[in-house]
Amino acid sequence: MLNLRNLREVDWTLLILTLIICCIGVLQIYSATQASDQADRWWKQVLYICAGLVVFYLVTQIDYHTLVGQSPMLYVVFGIILVFLLVLSRVVLGAKRWISLGAGFKLQPSEFMKLILILLIARYISELKSDSMRLSDLLKLSGLVLVPFILVSLQPDLGTALCYLPILAVGILLAGLTKQQAVVLSIVFMLLVPAGWFVLKDYQKARITSFLDPASDPQGSGYQVMQSKIAVGSGGMWGLGVTRGMQIQLRFLPFAHTDFIFAAFAEEHGFVGVVFVLGLYFLLLMQILQNAQTAPDRAGTAICLGVGALMLFHVLENAGMVAGLMPVAGIPLPLMSYGGSSILSFFLMLGLVNNVRLRRFLQ
Amino acid sequence: MRFLRDESKFAQGKVAFLQYLTVGVFLFIVGGYWNLQIHNEEIYSLKAERNRIKSLPIPAPRGKILDRDQRVIVDNQSSFSVLLSRETLKEEHLKPIAEGLDLEYDEIVAQLKRHKDRPRYLPIIIKEELTPAEIAFVESHRDPDTYPELEMIHTERRVYPANGFASHMVGYTGEVSEQELNLPDFAKYQQGDLVGKTGIERQYNDVLTGVDGQRQVLVDNKGNERRLMGLKPAVPGQSIQLTVDLDVQTVMELAMDNKRGGAVALDPRNGEILGMVSRPGFDLGRLSSRERTKRWREIFSNPDKPLLNRAIQAQLAPGSTFKPIVALAALESGEITNDTSFSCGGGWNFFGRYFHCHNKRGHGATSLKKAIAQSCDVYFYNVGNKIGIDQISKYAEIAGFGAKTGVDLPSEAEGTLPSTKWKIRALREKWYGGDTISVAIGQGYLTVTPIQLAHAIGGLSIGGIWHTPHLLKGDAPAKRARKADLDLEHVRLVLDGMCEVVNGWGTATGSRLPGIEMCGKTGTAQTASNEYQRAKGIRLKDNAWFVAFAPRVNPEIAVAVLFEDGEHGPAAGLIARDIVKAYFDKKTRKELSQTNSEAVTAGLASKPPGAVN
Repeated sequence: MLNLRNLREVDWTLLILTLIICCIGVLQIYSATQASDQADRWWKQVLYICAGLVVFYLVTQIDYHTLVGQSPMLYVVFGIILVFLLVLSRVVLGAKRWISLGAGFKLQPSEFMKLILILLIARYISELKSDSMRLSDLLKLSGLVLVPFILVSLQPDLGTALCYLPILAVGILLAGLTKQQAVVLSIVFMLLVPAGWFVLKDYQKARITSFLDPASDPQGSGYQVMQSKIAVGSGGMWGLGVTRGMQIQLRFLPFAHTDFIFAAFAEEHGFVGVVFVLGLYFLLLMQILQNAQTAPDRAGTAICLGVGALMLFHVLENAGMVAGLMPVAGIPLPLMSYGGSSILSFFLMLGLVNNVRLRRFLQ
Repeated sequence: MRFLRDESKFAQGKVAFLQYLTVGVFLFIVGGYWNLQIHNEEIYSLKAERNRIKSLPIPAPRGKILDRDQRVIVDNQSSFSVLLSRETLKEEHLKPIAEGLDLEYDEIVAQLKRHKDRPRYLPIIIKEELTPAEIAFVESHRDPDTYPELEMIHTERRVYPANGFASHMVGYTGEVSEQELNLPDFAKYQQGDLVGKTGIERQYNDVLTGVDGQRQVLVDNKGNERRLMGLKPAVPGQSIQLTVDLDVQTVMELAMDNKRGGAVALDPRNGEILGMVSRPGFDLGRLSSRERTKRWREIFSNPDKPLLNRAIQAQLAPGSTFKPIVALAALESGEITNDTSFSCGGGWNFFGRYFHCHNKRGHGATSLKKAIAQSCDVYFYNVGNKIGIDQISKYAEIAGFGAKTGVDLPSEAEGTLPSTKWKIRALREKWYGGDTISVAIGQGYLTVTPIQLAHAIGGLSIGGIWHTPHLLKGDAPAKRARKADLDLEHVRLVLDGMCEVVNGWGTATGSRLPGIEMCGKTGTAQTASNEYQRAKGIRLKDNAWFVAFAPRVNPEIAVAVLFEDGEHGPAAGLIARDIVKAYFDKKTRKELSQTNSEAVTAGLASKPPGAVN
C-alpha cells in the first residue's frame, strides 16, 4: 500500500500547511486551558490530530471514485442515524448531537454528513449530461441537501446545518448556473431569509439581534460576542503574549479553546498573529482550489471545490463571529478548535483532496 | 470508470470564481480585525480593564466623639455592608435581593432613583450591618449566574450609646439629602455620602468625616478576587473631644428619665457645657442607618416630638426663674434698693384687673431677698410696673435672652424677649402696662430656652460675664466672653436672694445639699393663660423650671431644668440638685484619687535605691 511513489506524490504543501495550523491550534488550546481543570485538552487534541493523519492516509489509499460510488449508501446510513438521533432526543432529554463511543469519546454524525454531501454532489455533477442547469437538477440538488439540513437544524444545531449550504452552492455552481438563474436564485434567497426568521428559536433570534447590537444584552447572548470582541480588540498589534491574555486567563472569554479559539489567539498574538494564521488558511484554500483545477474529472473538481467552499465558510463564519462580523453560530474553526469530530472530519476532507491530487495524471 | 470524462475546461471559470471569493472573504475578515485591533485597540483595552478591575470603596470611619476625660461617647464598630453594582444590575433581581436582605423593594428602587445622576460604575450601599444570615445570603448569591450585582465590603459602623443617651446633643447621621446638597456646607459631598444630620454630628461634620479610600482588585468572570491591584487607604475622620462630663450627663439622663423636658449644665467660668439632656429621646443607632423609612415614621408621628432638642429648642415661658433678671433690672435702673419693700396681700389690683400671687394668703411686707426666696408675685408686679418693659428687656438682653446663645449646635432657638418695639414690629400693637405685669413674673410674651436660662444665671453668678456656651473642648473661651457693666453690689443682692431660695426660708429648701452652697430659683410656668384655659374648659398642667448655680462663692456650675407638666418648680429643683451633686461628687472623687496617686508616687520615690526589682 504505502510506496515511494505515493509518498512523493502526497500534496506536501497541503499537509504541511494543515499541520502548521494544527500546531498553532494546540499551542492556543494549551495557553487557554493551562490553569484550568481542562489542562489535558492540548494533548488530547494532539491525539486527535494523530488519528486525523491516519484517516488522511487511509482515505488517500481508497480511490475517490470508489467513495463517490458508495456515497448514496453512506448518505442513507447517516440519514437514518440522524433521524434516529432526532427521535432519541425527543425521548431522552439532553442526548441530541452525539453518539457516545465510550471512554469519553463521542461522535457527531452531522460532522461526517458534510463529507458525504460533498461526495454525493460530486457524483451528481459527474453524471450530468448538459452543461447548463435545469430546474429539475436544482430541485434534486436542493432536496438532497435540505433533508440533512432540516434534520440537523431540528437537533437543534443550526450552525452545522448551515455548513451544508456552501456545499449545495458549489453543486449549483458546477451544475452550470446561468446568469438568469443566478438572479432568480438570489431573489428567492432574499425572500427566504425573512421567512426563516419565524422558524428560528428564541435563542437563535437573540443571537442575531445581539449580533446587530451586542451591547443590548451584555449578560445574555450578546455577552459572548462582547467578551470576544474585547479579547480581540485588546490584543492590539502584537498581542499580550502566550498565557498572558487577560480575557482568557480570567475566563471572561467563553469557549476559549473551542468555538472562540480565534479570539483567544487574537488576544495573545495580536493583529500580526491574526494576519499570519489567516495567511496560512488562505494558502491552504488556494492549494485546495489549485487541486480542483488540476483534477482529472468533474467528480474530483467537485470534491475539491466542495471542501474548499466548506472550509471558506467555516473560516468566514468562525473568524467573523469572533470579531463580531458574523452572527454567533456554534461552528468550529477548522483544524484549530478543540474537538475530535471536527479534526477527524477536516482531515478526512483534506485526505479526499489529496486523493484527487494523487490521481491527477491517471488519464 | 464511468465517472471519468476529460473536461479540463469544466473547472476553470468556477475555480476562478471561488478564488476571487476567497480573496474577498479574507480581505473582509482582515479588515474587521484591523478595525478591532488597530483602529479601536484603546477602546477595547479599556473595556478589558473595566472587565477585570473592580474598584471597591473603603468608607472612611467617622471620628470618635469623646467626653472631657477622653471617654468614648460615640464609637465605631466593624461590620459588613452590601453594595449594589448598577452597571450589571438587572431589574428582575431587585425583588429577590430585597427579600433576601429583608429590605423593602420600594426603598431600593427609591434609592436607585436618588443615585441616578452619579456615575454608574460607582456601586451604592443598600444595607449596612449585615447579620450572619444576610452575609451568608450575599456570599452564596453573588456569583455571576445568580446576582452578580451584589458585593460585600467591610465598613466601620457608628455605634451610639443605647436608649437615647445624649441623643439630641450627639445627633444622627444619614445619607446626604437633595436639599442639603444645595447648601454651601455640603458642597464637597456627593449623593450617597453619609453626613451628620443634627447635633454634634452635623456641627462638626467636616472634622468627623474622613476621606474615603479605594481598593482595586483583579477579578475573574465569577467575581472572585485574584490579585490586589491598587490600594488607597481611607483617611479616618478626626475624633473630637467634648466638654461634656459623662458622669454629670449620666445623672442628668437618669434624673430626666420618663419625664418630658430638658436640662443644661454648664461651667459659667468658661461656657463649657457639662451635660445636656432632652426628653423624650430617640435611639440614635436606629435612626442613623440608611434604611430608615419605617423608624422615621414612628418618630415623626410621635406627638411628644422626640426629635426636638428641648435643651436648646423648647421656647417656653420661664415663670419665676426670670425674677432674678427683673430684680437686677430694677436695682440697676435705681427704681428700688435693697430696702424697698412692698406689701403682698395675695394679689394686686392693676387698673381694675386683679393679679394673683401664687400664695393666696399673701407674703405680707416683702423685701427683695424675701421676694426672690419666696417668689412673691405681687412684689414683682410692683417692680415691673415701676420700671416698665423696656428696662426689663434691656437687662434681659444683657443676660442673653431673646437671642441665640451661640452654642455649637445647629438649630438653636432664640426665644422671645418682648419690648415695646418688639410688640409693634411683631404684633403691630401698642404695649400695655398689663403686658409688663405678666413679663415681670416670667409669663406673657416672654419665652426662653433652658440653655438661655442656664447661660443667663451662670453669667450673673460670676459677676456679669457671659461666656458663650460650647460643647467642643479647647475652644478659646476668653474671646467668646461678653462682659456687662453692672454694679457688683446689685448682682450680689440678687444672688443672695437666690441663695436664700435653697438655703434659707425659700421655695426650694428640699433641694438643699449638705456641704455645698447651691443657689437657685424655682419657676412654675403656665402653658396658657387662665382665661384661655377657662374658655376651653381644660386644665393644663404647669411646667416646672429650676435654675441653679453652685457654690455661692466662685461658682463652677450653672444648671437649668425644664420639667414639662412638672406642676411645681421644686420638682425641677430636685433634678437640679441631683445634677449639682453629681458634679461635686465627681470633683471630690477626682481630688481624692489625685492625692492618692501623689502619695503612691511619693512612696515610690522614697524607696531606697535598689529596692525596685
